[in-house]
Amino acid sequence: MGGETTTTVDHSAPDGTLSRLRSRLEGPNTLGEGRAFWLGFTALLGLLLVYPLFRSSYYVSNTAYLLVSAFLGLSLCLVWGYTGIFSFGQVAFYGIAGYTFGIVSINVTGPVGTVVGLVVAVAVAGAFAFLVGYFMFYGGVSDVYVAIITLAVTLVLNTFMGQTAGEAWAVGAARLGGFNGMTEIPSLALGVGDTAITITDAAFYYFVVGTLLVTYLGLRVLVNSDIGYVMVGIRENQDRTELFGYNTQKVKLGVFTFGGVLAGFGGVVYASWGNYIDPSVFGITFAALPIIWVATGGRKWLGGAIIGTFAVTFVSQKLSVFGGQYSLVILGALLLFVILVLPEGFVPQLARRLPGGDES
Amino acid sequence: MAAILPQLLNLLLQFVDSFGFLVLSAIGLAIIFGMMGVINLAHGEFITVGAYGTALSYHAGLPLPVAMLVGVGLTTVFGLVLEFTIIRRLYGRLLDSMVATWGISLIMIQGLRIVFGSSLSSIGTPLGSVQYGSFSYSTYRLLLAGASLLVLGLLYWVFTSTEFGTRARATIQDEEMSRALGTNTNRMYLLTFGIGSALAGLTGALYAPTMTIVPGMGSTFLVEAFVTVVVGGASVLVGTTGAGLLLGFINAAFSNLFGTFAGRMALLVTTILVIRALPQGITGLLDDVRGGT
Repeated sequence: MGGETTTTVDHSAPDGTLSRLRSRLEGPNTLGEGRAFWLGFTALLGLLLVYPLFRSSYYVSNTAYLLVSAFLGLSLCLVWGYTGIFSFGQVAFYGIAGYTFGIVSINVTGPVGTVVGLVVAVAVAGAFAFLVGYFMFYGGVSDVYVAIITLAVTLVLNTFMGQTAGEAWAVGAARLGGFNGMTEIPSLALGVGDTAITITDAAFYYFVVGTLLVTYLGLRVLVNSDIGYVMVGIRENQDRTELFGYNTQKVKLGVFTFGGVLAGFGGVVYASWGNYIDPSVFGITFAALPIIWVATGGRKWLGGAIIGTFAVTFVSQKLSVFGGQYSLVILGALLLFVILVLPEGFVPQLARRLPGGDES
Repeated sequence: MAAILPQLLNLLLQFVDSFGFLVLSAIGLAIIFGMMGVINLAHGEFITVGAYGTALSYHAGLPLPVAMLVGVGLTTVFGLVLEFTIIRRLYGRLLDSMVATWGISLIMIQGLRIVFGSSLSSIGTPLGSVQYGSFSYSTYRLLLAGASLLVLGLLYWVFTSTEFGTRARATIQDEEMSRALGTNTNRMYLLTFGIGSALAGLTGALYAPTMTIVPGMGSTFLVEAFVTVVVGGASVLVGTTGAGLLLGFINAAFSNLFGTFAGRMALLVTTILVIRALPQGITGLLDDVRGGT
């Protein structure tokens, strides 16, 4: 299946801006194309846009949270699903960005602080990913080592943040807070002074829907571009891709860094959503969640990652209401089931069964 | 002078303690990794099973050494069952098998919590402590370092002097060829997984008296186990011993100077630096030396 992904692609666009746009969004590396898919996509988007008009603010806020998780899922999908880099530590970048956002936005007061915080936090997450990635990919370690090093980094961050309870652990006005976490993180706000709009409630929801839409479409263009083909080439056979003359270390480092940025953005939005972050984002249980989401949905497809993230998070919320303590057991069992029975995930299976579905 | 001597002794004991902890944390993981190339992400929970087995049978009235044997036995059986039912299906899908063991880990942590509650009552460290100057060190923790040497020695014997060891090394070197020569490689994998589980269980049993026994206790061992395996590389005995010595020294020095957390951090930073130069760890270094001569 994977071997066929780089066969003939017709990039010669038909007339019209719309078709030209469509041809860049479609290709062998994404599921869903053609008129029917985009009509359905627009309908779904419309549904998401009118959703706040019909539900209470509690549900809207909760749905926004489910969508925030999708950034984490997408970043893992890009790194693991498309490029074959086995990162168990995407949550590290998520958490680092969340904490950095908190530190900056608490210290730099006002709406400007939150925007600066967003930029700095995403940059720090990216830089951290770059640093870890440099040592791993240019050292040339095997896939298995990438997995355990990223997980070890995450666990060490967990111990680090856990022991920051004392007064001494503060950056300016921001207390790191140990296991109790960092509180009173301001919500994101756009604009200057009195004209600034604080992004909360419905505004937050629309902000997340908008950024997620842009991210999804942007990633579709990316994975169907030449770089996307190289990424998939690395996943399928790194040595062969290297022999074709591609600098695979550079591409892997680039993808890993970008994955860190994406996860970091998710972390900032998460910290802004709850006005709070704690060391459990670096815990081994939370680190497992993105793997479960993406593996369940279908790690080799962007749509699979988003749908997997949304569906699994939704179901596990329901489970923790009705199933209580069994919810983690069920999630673990789900992961086992998917790996043993359905290694490609649910979404590609479903897509194949739909009329006009992609047969690849 | 009088003040420096206890400090040095302190450093030495800390080194011995770290070495023991690193080797015992990693050895079960390293055996399975060296043999099958698989990292068992439920390794921490295997250790937990060993500790739970020990604590439960100790509280049921068994003497501590017997309770420890029960813990080891329980973990071994548990590992064999998992290999037979799940891991076996994932041979040849290296990375998938890691994800699967993570699923097992989640189920086990929460399963233990559901069955036994949020903690078991602790055992209490036996044997008291050694005194020197104004310092003291737990005798039992030092005994554990001795246990780690014993385990390494025993494994050396198993891998060099028994028929199983020879066949196991043949399987590592060339699976197809050893199968052609009559080794049942599937059985080798099963046995190796069993030994790895037994050693993880032993670690849990040995450390059970020194820790609070909670469902998530396995993750205490994970970072140390990971870094030791990465720095050591695929060769179980040489790699683990070498990594234990190097990392044990670094951990002891940094813990002594800047506290426990700095020691842990130093382990991670060392590991990340080591892989840049030696992607195959100490094993790779040895291969280079051997290949060069």
